[in-house]
Order: sequence, then C-alpha cells, then structure tokens
Amino acid sequence: MACMTALPALFQSWFAERDWQPHPHQLEVLNRADSSAIMLIAPTGGGKTLAGFLPSFVDLGESPAPGLHTLYISPLKALAADMRRNLGKPINDMGLAIRVEDRSGDTSQTRKKAQRADPPHILLTTPESLALLLSYEDAPRIFASLKRVVVDELHALAESKRGDQLMLGLTRLMALAPDLKLIGLSATVEDPPALAHYLHHETEILIADPGPDPKIAMLTTDTPPPWSGGGGRYAIPEVLAAVKAHKTTLIFHNTRAQAEIFFHHLWLANEELLPIGIHHGSLSREARGKVEQAMVGGELKAVVCTGSLDLGLDWGDVDLVIQVGAPKNVKRLVQRIGRANHQYNAPSKALLLPANRWEIIECQAAIEAALAHDLDGDPPGPGPRDVLCQHILIRACSGPFQADKLYREVRNAGAYAKLTRSEFDECLNFVATGGYALRAYDRWQRLRQCPDGNWQLRDPRAARMIRMNIGTIQDTDTLKVRMKGRGGKALGEVEEGFAASLVPGDTFLMGGQIVRFEALREMVVQVSRDRGRRPKIAVFMGTKFSTSTQLSARILKLIHRDDLSALPSHTREWITLQNTVSRLPRTGRLLFESFPHEGRAHSCIYGFAGRGAMQTLGLMLTRRMESAGLGPLGFVATDYATLIWSLTEVTDVDTLLDPDGLSEGLDGWLAENALMKRSFRASATIAGLIQRNLPGQRSTGRQATFSSDILYDTLRRYDPDHLLLTITREEALRGLIGFDRVENLLRRSTGRIDHVRLDHVTPFAAPLFLEVGKVPLDGAGAETLMANEAAKLMEAAGLS
Amino acid sequence: MNGYEFIFAGARLTMLPSGALWWGEAKMLTVSDLHLGKSERMARRGGAMLPPYEIRDTLTRLERDISTSGAETIVCLGDSFDDLDAAENMHETDALWLTRLMAGRRWVWIEGNHDPGPVEFGGTHLAELYAPPLNFRHIARPGAAAEISGHYHPKASLSLRGRSISRRCLLYDADRVILPAYGTYTGGLRSDHVVLEGLMRLETIAVLTGPDPQPIPMPRSLK
Repeated sequence: MACMTALPALFQSWFAERDWQPHPHQLEVLNRADSSAIMLIAPTGGGKTLAGFLPSFVDLGESPAPGLHTLYISPLKALAADMRRNLGKPINDMGLAIRVEDRSGDTSQTRKKAQRADPPHILLTTPESLALLLSYEDAPRIFASLKRVVVDELHALAESKRGDQLMLGLTRLMALAPDLKLIGLSATVEDPPALAHYLHHETEILIADPGPDPKIAMLTTDTPPPWSGGGGRYAIPEVLAAVKAHKTTLIFHNTRAQAEIFFHHLWLANEELLPIGIHHGSLSREARGKVEQAMVGGELKAVVCTGSLDLGLDWGDVDLVIQVGAPKNVKRLVQRIGRANHQYNAPSKALLLPANRWEIIECQAAIEAALAHDLDGDPPGPGPRDVLCQHILIRACSGPFQADKLYREVRNAGAYAKLTRSEFDECLNFVATGGYALRAYDRWQRLRQCPDGNWQLRDPRAARMIRMNIGTIQDTDTLKVRMKGRGGKALGEVEEGFAASLVPGDTFLMGGQIVRFEALREMVVQVSRDRGRRPKIAVFMGTKFSTSTQLSARILKLIHRDDLSALPSHTREWITLQNTVSRLPRTGRLLFESFPHEGRAHSCIYGFAGRGAMQTLGLMLTRRMESAGLGPLGFVATDYATLIWSLTEVTDVDTLLDPDGLSEGLDGWLAENALMKRSFRASATIAGLIQRNLPGQRSTGRQATFSSDILYDTLRRYDPDHLLLTITREEALRGLIGFDRVENLLRRSTGRIDHVRLDHVTPFAAPLFLEVGKVPLDGAGAETLMANEAAKLMEAAGLS
Repeated sequence: MNGYEFIFAGARLTMLPSGALWWGEAKMLTVSDLHLGKSERMARRGGAMLPPYEIRDTLTRLERDISTSGAETIVCLGDSFDDLDAAENMHETDALWLTRLMAGRRWVWIEGNHDPGPVEFGGTHLAELYAPPLNFRHIARPGAAAEISGHYHPKASLSLRGRSISRRCLLYDADRVILPAYGTYTGGLRSDHVVLEGLMRLETIAVLTGPDPQPIPMPRSLK
C-alpha cells in the first residue's frame, strides 16, 4: 500500500533549503509509520538514522505534548551522545519544541532522576540503561506514553546477548505501551528475514538502494607474503604508499595485539611522519577519545584499528579501508568496507592484505563472495536462558508479576518464540529458589509466590543488588596499565593472566609505544617507557575469529578451479605442487595426510572448519590417540587444518575419525576446559548467581570473595543437572569451541576420507610447522612442572 | 603422612595436601576457616543463592583427613561457621554428620571473628588453646611466638613459563604458622598483601596446597 504520504510542508522546506532530496527509503519509512515493526537495511551514509526518526518528528510536530514519545537504542554510549547533537540540528532549524536527552552509565544520578520524573520526548540510550529503567517500579508510568522505538545497529546487537536482553526489554515495553511501533536499523546482512524476526515476529523489511558496488582488490606487494603468521608486516611500504595516496584510511586488524605490532612497525617505517593513530578496545577511554576527535577534525591520514571502529559514527572523509589479514567472515568485510562509504552514491574502496599464503586464497574467496553479495553468518540460535533469568529478576524488581503472563510476553521476542513452558519454569525456579536438587532455601527464596499467585521479591531490598548486576557485557579480568609514579597516565588494559606472567623488565606494546613492566601494585600494572626496539608481545583478550563455514567452502572450491589466474603466481605454483605431491582437499571429502618428519609421525587433517573447531578436533583426536597408545606429543590448528605429531603413525584413520562416541568421555574433558569455566562465570553472572565485579571492588583481593571456579566444581560434583551447567554446556558446544562444527565435519566425512601416506612434508602442511600456538600435550602434568619450578626457587633463595 | 613436613618451635608438623596441619606427636589435626554455612548466610541476607553443598564438600574432606591421619584431637582454628546463625540453621543431615565426626574425639572450637561465641555443637570452646609448645589462636598477634593461626586465608602464585598458578598456602617463619582456609567457599589473600608482608619475616616459606604440597619462598611485592 504505497500511498505517498506527503512529507509535511515544514519538513519539505527544510530539505529544500539545504538542496537535499529525501532518500526514497526515508519517505517509505514515513509511509509505513503505522506498521507495528519495520526493519530498514541501508548502507552507511544513507541517512538511516534520520529515516528512523522522521516518523517521530512528524508525529511530535511543532508543539508536542509532554511525555516520553520515542526511545532510541544503540549499542554504543558514544553513539547516543552523538545522536543528541545530530538531532539537535533539524529540531532547531525547524523550530520544533522537541526535547532530546541521552542516558547511559555515564549520566549523572541527578540527571537520571530528573529524567524519570519528567522524561524527554526522545530518549537516547543503551540496552543496559533501558533494562535498568524497566526495573524501576515507576516503569509503567514512564513508558505509558511511549509511541516509537528506534533500534540502531540491529545487526551488531543481534550477535550478542545484549541484543537478546534488549529484545526481552522490548516485549516488556510493548506490554506497557500496547500501541508501540518498532523500527530496526541495520547494515547489510545475509538473512534479512531472520534478523527481522529477531526484532519482532511481524516485521516489514525495507531494503534501501545499496548504492554502487564497492571496489575491492588485493593489495599487491613486491615481496610475497610469508608462509605463516599474521599481521602483514611485510607490506608496510605498500600500506604507507596507499595511505599517502588517499585522504583518510582505516587499517583494520583482526586482533588488538596485531594492531599494536603493526602500528609499531608502521611508525618505524613512517619516515614522512604521516599522522597515523591507533584505536582499539584495550586502550584507555581518553586515548580512544583523542583519536576519535582527531579523526573527526580531519587531522589523521590513517587509523590502525580493530572491531572497535566497526560501528559508530560516520567518520567523515574515510576514502579507503585496508583489511589486514583474512577477513574470516564476508559479512564483516562488507560492513567494514562500508566504513569508507562517506558518500552514499560513491563506491567505497577497499584493499585486502593477506598475511600469509593461505590467506591469499581466503582473501580472493572473500572478494569474490563480497562482489557476489554472498554473505555468511550462522542462523541465530534460541535465546540464551541466562539472559532470561536476568529478565525475570528485572521484572520482579519492578513489582509483582504473573508467571503465565510473563511467559506469554517473553515469547514475543523472536529468539524466545520457541521457549517451552518448562524451560521458562526452570528459569523461574532458578531465580526464585536457586533451583538446586537439594531444597535448601525455602526460607530464603529470592522470589516468593503470594497467595494471589503473583511472584514478587521476598525482600524488596534485594532490588538494589539486582540492579547493580544488570547487563550482559562481561568484563574479562583485566588490569589497568599506568605509567609509574604518582598520577601516572592511564594507558589501557591487559588481561590478568598476561599481567601475571610478566616479570619486571619485560617489555610489551601498549598504545603504540614500548613499555617496561615495573610492578603490579594494587591491581594496577605499573610501567615505564622503554627505549628498546623489540617488545615482548602483548597478549590482549579479544576474540580470535574463525573463518566462516561459507567462506571455507568457497576456499575449497577456489583451489579446484581450472583457471587460477585470480591468484598470484607463487600461490598458483604452491597449489599445483600440492596437487602433484599429494592431493588437493575437496568439498565433500576429508583429506588426511600421514608423513614422517624429524623422527616423528605426523598427521595433517584438512577440515576447513575454522580455527576453533580445528583446535577442538586436535584435542579430541589426540585424546583418542593417547588411549590407542599412539603417543601423541602435540598439535597445532589453523582455520584450515590440524597437524598432530606423535610417536607412532596413525594407520586406522576411519576409527580415529569415527564420529560415534566422539562425545564419550568428552564430558570430563569439556568440563575441565578453561573455556567452560569462563563460560560458566559469564552465565552465572548474567543469571544473577554471582555478583558482577564493580570497578574497584576487586582491587583488594579480599579473602571474602572466591573464584567462580569453586562454584562450578561444586555444582558439577553435587548437582550435575543444574540449570546453569546445562546453559554453560549449551553455549560452549554451540559457540565457544565449535563442537557442532567438528561433529558435522566428521559425520559428513564418514566413508569419504582420502588418506594419503607420504615420506615427506607436503606443500600444504609445511606452513603449519611455522604456526605459533602449538599445543603441547602435558603428560607429565602441571604438578611436575610446579615441583621443578618450586625447587629452583628454593635453591635460588638458598632455602633448600 | 603424605604432605610437607617441617620443624616449627621444636614440633614436627606436616601440612597435608588439603591445607590441614597435622601434628603427629600430639595426634592433633588443625584446620582453619571452615566457614560452614556461608551459602545459607548469603541467601539469608538477600544475596545470591549459592549451591548449598559447601558444608558437604568441606566435611567430606575433613572426614578423609581425620580418618587417614587417625587424629585424636581436632582443632578448628576459628571462623568455623560463617556466623552463629549459620551454625544454628545447618541442614539436619549436615549437622548429624558433624556430630558423628566429633564423636569419640577431643574437639576444640577456637573463636573467630565470624563465630565469636559458643555453638550448640559439643566440644570445647576456647578463645585460644595452649598445647605446649604451641599457641593456637584465630588471628596472629604481632610479637607472639610459637603461634599457629588462620584468619587471613593466604594464597600464593607461582609463574610457570607464561602461565601462573595460584593456590591456597600455609605460611611459616621462625615465629608463626598461618594456615590456609579449609572451607570450600573461601577466597584467598595474596601473600604479597601488605598485612601479610608486615606480619611475616623475610625468610618466610609458603607451602602451596595440592596433591604434592610445594614449598616456595613467600612471594612478596616488588619494592
């Protein structure tokens, strides 16, 4: 029903005065202002947010009635604050009496209170701040007048639990304001209907003209890339040349550590002193703010960055994006390229810089996929139940509720549409009583059912603690890094485990400079400047992405092409040689190479299942080899293959790769896995079993707080069927360790294994020998290591 | 006994893998900071409802140590209960279990800051115990000698080629022994904390708990 709603005269003249033409998708959003939910997919620079707000502006008009009308939610605090400035412009120009305010964790208590008493017309906020607002008893009053919700960067939110929490929050809002209209804004995604359903079950999809195709190419270099490793340092001269030839360049890296190392070497080679900055999530807020300011001010030629710049403000004059290392995922590549799209109708320009030989093939496959608009992504899983537990707690904070009603309500969120009543009841039971097999807390239930059937907090004072725990973002255990001395400058953060491994005198990179570890004082890593040139590498936390299944499939197809001319000659020769000496891995089959090297038997399995899954495969196969008496000594995994070395050669490949019984005995191994413990801590915190560490609270290392690992071990021992262990296992199997990918791989490979036995290393296996991250199998165990280390220390101290 | 043996104030003592202290000559087993009922206390105060199994877990370990050592005297060095109500609210099964463990043995409850009064379980309630040549009390007293105490829940970490392992530990020097916390739901205070550094002599040894207890020089902050 495309009846052309005329843009009100006031707005028409506002566009006209600026010589602007409203984009068709902006008008279309206005046309469909009465739809209960719309999702707009538009590229960066396409006036997406204005489109989202147009219906609100028109509805509010020149003299709006008081009360909250529109809620804008974005994943970034900075985006909310920036939006306030952006909206101010049209509102002032048109003389609309619309009040816009932002609200986040940074907003002062006074302001927050005032906002609750007298809400603005438009409130710009984050999923966490919304959850907090919903936990107040006056939530029904605050949101009664709400007409519209705009969710920005929906594609990014949908990838994390923050999105799940927000969607549950929206079901609550729709109950409080039944006439509510939702608008989701998203960058290009692979499966728009799935994302639309995630927002609301009846969402109309609007896809804006994506603009011209981007220009993507591989960055060609004089020297071929190394055989293994990441970082792309070999191409620094070419990168500098590209930076010089463009106005502003974003240089994306996949990990923070790589960004730091690249930045360091970029500056060593930057003889012309081009202004180049660095931006990533481990840097202090001040450091990041400075770079962002300089960027907006057009003072920088380039920024070396990570996913921290995937989202957010339109950085103005970016005209080139360089992706260092294989993008691992086509969708993210396309979204990153979009960052260079400063003009809606101009093609964005991107260069891919493969870090090693395998990545040349992956980059080529990714370029082809991007140009074919063949995006990847895993179908969204069911809504995580730890988030649901928190939602129930939040609901309880705002007042008594009926379980039936809440169950119906949460199922309005796409991710929870299939939630069964018993799954819901398990969560409710956990929240109310702890959900233990041993009924220990009947007297001290957190929620209690009243005679009228409603559930409510046993002790209303508990609300304070629950509110402090709201949110799903996990602060990994990180320590602040500061310059030594009183009031030393804050540089950023490093992982606690990394900090613990430092000894005074060790050097590492932080914010592009080499610093020297001095001391760990009050949980702050104190450093000084170091003049050395070779830092010890900083291990930041941050996700190691695995190559997507779709991209892996393209890589497999690519190497089988008759015409390999898209690839550089050295890579062509390498592929041809592998084909002559051994075989090429093929779609639908599994290549397994056996060969001796330096007196050890080696097995190389080309699974192309992504690094996480190939690592898990390595752990599982070496376990089997151990019990088969083959004496596995270690393994290494990449996105493409796993290489295992052992005392004895594997001969019965089919038994080794038998998918049946794969999970036997896996429970024990899984349970001991550090990733599982981390996953448990995350879920237990979200579900409200563990109180979140507030800033500064951990600083004393007091004896009263104890590790979540203790809770995990206790539950495993005495209550193995507890809900939180179920949740932990579900999550670990799904995402964390790629178990499902391993199982799929082995299931579809049964009877389709190409076992090639050779007497030497093969061309495809060779780069694996150079990989870092080899996993030694510790037959001797940590106890022995410890005993040796302890003896050494005692001797050194003259105490033995 | 499997464990780490050392001579302190003329007495031959052994730290067991669990962190309990065995004094063979006196057939005395000492454990500190059991914090029984911690989960119940947290829930009672409106906090999280932790898995209610920590009493079971702690008593299981204690029972094992008692039976393998053949201890005739058990000294609980304070903070045995997370508070006095926790002792009272103990689940019937757990309470019976504890009573059974106590039967036929001399059992000494030393008062701690968490459990400053007598509890309804039998045994002897003392502020301090003097068993020559050793003095047992909950919190170390500066200037004291031949003293066995708990309270601080010491832990220490050891760096192993890039990875760091942190364990509960016993600290001892010429004057005193500080026992690690024995209770399942207890955290630790790093040995380089200013309080422990101030209390212990420079040549203090930290004995890490674990299947094969290891002595190391007490890790201190770098000055």
